[in-house]
Amino acid sequence: MIERIEALRQEGEAAIAAAATTDALEQARIQYLGRRAELPNMLRGVAQLPPEQRGGVGKAANVARKALEELIEQRGAQLAGAELERKLAEDRIDVTLPGAPLPPAGGLHLLTQTRREIEDVFVGLGYTVAEGPEVERVYYNFDALNHDPAHPARLRTDTFYVADDVVLRTHTSPMQPPPIYLIVPGRVYRRDSDATHTPQFHQIEGLAVDEGITLADLKGTLLAFAQAIFGDERRVRLRPHFFPFTEPSVEVDVSCFNCTDGLTRDGARCPLCKGTGWIEILGAGMVDPNVFGYVRDYGYDPERIQGFAFGMGVERIAFLKHGVSDLRLFYDNDLRFLEQF
Amino acid sequence: MRVPLEWLHEYVEPDLDAAALAERLALTGTEVERVVHHGVPSAEGFVIGRVLRAERHPDADRLNVCSVDLGGEAPAQIVCGAPNVAAGQTVAVAQPGAVMPDGTRLRKAKLRGVESAGMILSEPELEIGVERAGIMVLGLDGDAPAPGTPLADVLPIGTDVLELEITPNRPDCLGVYGVAREVHAATGAPLAPPPWAEDPGTAGDVDGAAVEVQTDRCKRFMARVFEDVTVGPSPAWLKARLMAAGQRPISNVVDVTNYVMLLAGQPLHAFDLDRVGGGRLVVRDGRAGDELQTLDGELRRLDPDMVVICDEDGPTSLAGVMGGARSEVHEGTTRVLLESAVWDGPNIQRTSTRLALRSEASGRYEKGLAPEQAQDALALATRLLVELCGARVAPGTIDVDPPSGRDRSTAVIRLREERVSGLLGAPIARERSAEILSALGFGVADADDGLDVTVPAFRRNDVTREADLIEEVARIDGVDKLPATLPASGHAVGRLTPAQRLKRLAADTLAGAGLHEAVGWSWSAPELADRLRLPADDPRRAAVVVENPMSAEHAQMRTTLLGSLLDVARRNVTHGTADVAVFESGAVYLPVAGAELPREPHTVGVLLTGAVRSASWREPAPPVADFFAAKGVLSRLLDSLRVSWDIEEGIEPFLHPGRAARITVAGSPVGWLGELHPSIAAEWEIASAVAAFEIDLDAVIAAVPGPVRYEDYTSFPEVRQDLAVVVPRSVAAAEVVRVVRDAGGPLLAAADVFDVYAGKQVGDDEVSLALRLAFRSPERTLTDEEVAERRAAIESALGEIGGRIRA
Repeated sequence: MIERIEALRQEGEAAIAAAATTDALEQARIQYLGRRAELPNMLRGVAQLPPEQRGGVGKAANVARKALEELIEQRGAQLAGAELERKLAEDRIDVTLPGAPLPPAGGLHLLTQTRREIEDVFVGLGYTVAEGPEVERVYYNFDALNHDPAHPARLRTDTFYVADDVVLRTHTSPMQPPPIYLIVPGRVYRRDSDATHTPQFHQIEGLAVDEGITLADLKGTLLAFAQAIFGDERRVRLRPHFFPFTEPSVEVDVSCFNCTDGLTRDGARCPLCKGTGWIEILGAGMVDPNVFGYVRDYGYDPERIQGFAFGMGVERIAFLKHGVSDLRLFYDNDLRFLEQF
Repeated sequence: MRVPLEWLHEYVEPDLDAAALAERLALTGTEVERVVHHGVPSAEGFVIGRVLRAERHPDADRLNVCSVDLGGEAPAQIVCGAPNVAAGQTVAVAQPGAVMPDGTRLRKAKLRGVESAGMILSEPELEIGVERAGIMVLGLDGDAPAPGTPLADVLPIGTDVLELEITPNRPDCLGVYGVAREVHAATGAPLAPPPWAEDPGTAGDVDGAAVEVQTDRCKRFMARVFEDVTVGPSPAWLKARLMAAGQRPISNVVDVTNYVMLLAGQPLHAFDLDRVGGGRLVVRDGRAGDELQTLDGELRRLDPDMVVICDEDGPTSLAGVMGGARSEVHEGTTRVLLESAVWDGPNIQRTSTRLALRSEASGRYEKGLAPEQAQDALALATRLLVELCGARVAPGTIDVDPPSGRDRSTAVIRLREERVSGLLGAPIARERSAEILSALGFGVADADDGLDVTVPAFRRNDVTREADLIEEVARIDGVDKLPATLPASGHAVGRLTPAQRLKRLAADTLAGAGLHEAVGWSWSAPELADRLRLPADDPRRAAVVVENPMSAEHAQMRTTLLGSLLDVARRNVTHGTADVAVFESGAVYLPVAGAELPREPHTVGVLLTGAVRSASWREPAPPVADFFAAKGVLSRLLDSLRVSWDIEEGIEPFLHPGRAARITVAGSPVGWLGELHPSIAAEWEIASAVAAFEIDLDAVIAAVPGPVRYEDYTSFPEVRQDLAVVVPRSVAAAEVVRVVRDAGGPLLAAADVFDVYAGKQVGDDEVSLALRLAFRSPERTLTDEEVAERRAAIESALGEIGGRIRA
């Protein structure tokens, strides 16, 4: 019997080794270890053997069965792994096909992006952000800001009126008790329309009113702004100018970021700064003392309270920074434009 | 303002080229729009010549072959086509190699076989005049410069011209001498005395002419009478200067008035005194029915807000704007009444705006001139009329000085040194301030703490306070020298308000959901209300109307964002972009009864049309935007703002009647949601479904709760169950959810519809909804019995609205 067991074991081992598929392996398992197979039958028949044989045969049969089971498991794992690999190898995709599209990316309008960028610079400099009404009384839009009653900006050729004493605001200048560190972004309206003017545009006006504010502070503030928006290497230049609500008034130029001293890399005259090396970005100045009369009402001495104000067009900043050729594009809302930014 | 450098240099000549001078002016407050060149680019090759002989060209009737002495050994042979060329003339000649104003370089040429070594020049060829009838004759025989003299020594044939943008506070710089004063202050180059220093005229009464002023809009009216005037062309130098300054020469008398205006900044007007009816002018406000033919030939209707100058035959000149044709100086004029007046600036501006008639004169008057300037200009013009027009100035000067013009006060303002550095942030020495102010024409005297500064008449309107003086010294000393500092008080504390941050969050959420932000016009067309079928009583019909819109489409302020979103959609669809997902975030303008100003709620509008995703090989036909696509966007928006919100059926006149809803937040309506009525979408040329919503973001933000409180989700597990309920179609899903939530009580943490079925397995008028329920308690683990009890309550409550549980 012992010999037979050994023979069965060798046969079984050979059959397992020869099984080329998991199916063939299962056949081998049934043949050698299945319900009707010889080896298990031997084990079941051990009880009928004479007692002196029982121990030897039982042990041998058990060892053989365990050995075969182990082999089947090993071989099975081998075969299954190989079969999976084969299956995977057949399961090819064309990796060059396009990926499944996510919902398209949306985006904020370039004017909103620019406005936020500017707001964030000034919030970092200690300014708060305010918004006021766009439909405004003539008094607050003009008179309170030292606009002469005959100032041409009040004319109906320049300003939109909705009633005799109510206009669409032409700027966003604010007034409140000092100390003030405030910017006021928003839509403003002027009757002008061409490639560099739209009748509606976005302005950000800034106001710092406190004791001891100087024109040099204005320069430092706008330098910080220009460097944040246009790059750390930028310089600013103040040029004297005239505005009715500031005295002294200046126009502020930023050194051109498209060229060196007016010449582009290939030596041509820079189209952005027209070869001057400077680009005008905004108007500013020290708040006119006439505008400050009101601080008395809050218990301040107008002699000691000083301030600066500045105003910039969001469209202009965006147009300079991104090279938008025609301001009207901002209001066309063509997705081919919107998707670019 | 065009300032020829050749002219400017008569009064101030800094050692700077045009570009450097322009830069210096720009940095001291006079903006230079550009520097242009007028006339010939180089004087080389332009000389004086004398025509020795002029003979008919053998082969051309209209050409003359001339022998011209150019100062060289042999005369040059030049072919000339001008009919007026003749021997004995002194002429201007361009030699081969000379470059003409248009850039052409002259060469030797053969004209019909005859060699020509140059060209005898006419005025237009040099851009120094407009006489086209023939060549320019500079003199006859002996009375002219010698042949060979460089032409540039005789005539200003080429000059750089500064085109200045003069700010409205500086009408004194609308004259060459005023600019010269600025240049003097800005560069330190010496300034010549003003050209009006000598006055050949006299004061006192005038015989034969009178002026009466009946309006206070005239600040001063001065006039003189000139006899024996010979009207003719101006001398070449004067024409050349006018041309370079952009003024067309007309006749010597008119040219003198223009020349004085361009030099002194004060407009003048010359009347033919023989055509002034009664020899007497009356200055008065216009009257209804007044008419006047101005010099440009137009018939102008005047009104009471205009000022008119009349003689005994009626209006004859429009004050401060343009003279009248009837009293115009003409070839035969021999007696001139010269007006040098000052008018009320705002009135002149209104007049010229109303008549759409802007002139060099009105452009100066509207900025407000000083009455003193009238005297200066009159003195200068008197000298030139005498010198150039053979005129004799009659004794006396008419000088009507109405009370409105009598403010000749000279302000003295203290300029404190401490205020200069206090305002600028850096000091300017007192001596430097004094130097700058004197150069600008101010009087300066030392004071304890600074300077006492006297303001000249021509700056009276502009400089009234210490701050104005600080501006003057700062701009000339150079604001660009200032250090760059930051405010030092420590009062600056920056932040965005919670509402501002939430507005940003709303826009970011929509952009994150795949929408592009559009920025539309704040205006809309009045027809929009009709196109959206708003009924007569719809509040959105009541709009803020713009009284002076730039176009009919922009005649009123928008009351809804839908119009501009539809415009955006149409624009993109017609340009071939069929899939549009856009939003706008901005104000609408809603009039408030009884209030002067409208309400301007910040509103968000969303519009979707076309595919919600782009087509791909996996999904060749992605779903198109519909009600639920828009509702998905709305959910994302309102959930990100963390408000509690609801949707119920609603009606909007522009929405599909079966796909329209009202949005409520915290129980109050905040907007609408729906698919557009197809025929309204068709109005905007959009064929596919358009889904949209619009909400009052201010109202939504007001409902945003404070900081979120933490809810314990770890201590006690949640029990999840699904529930399928069949309800009549008439019952809205939101109603089912509401009933389930009410019955579920506080232990029901969530109830969401996740499937909808209508078909064979339910009745025709029924729909099956699948809900996912979640039960949870913050205090304990729920028992099966507790959950079963709640579920039973839910099932029975659903029974009450006609629902039955599906097995």
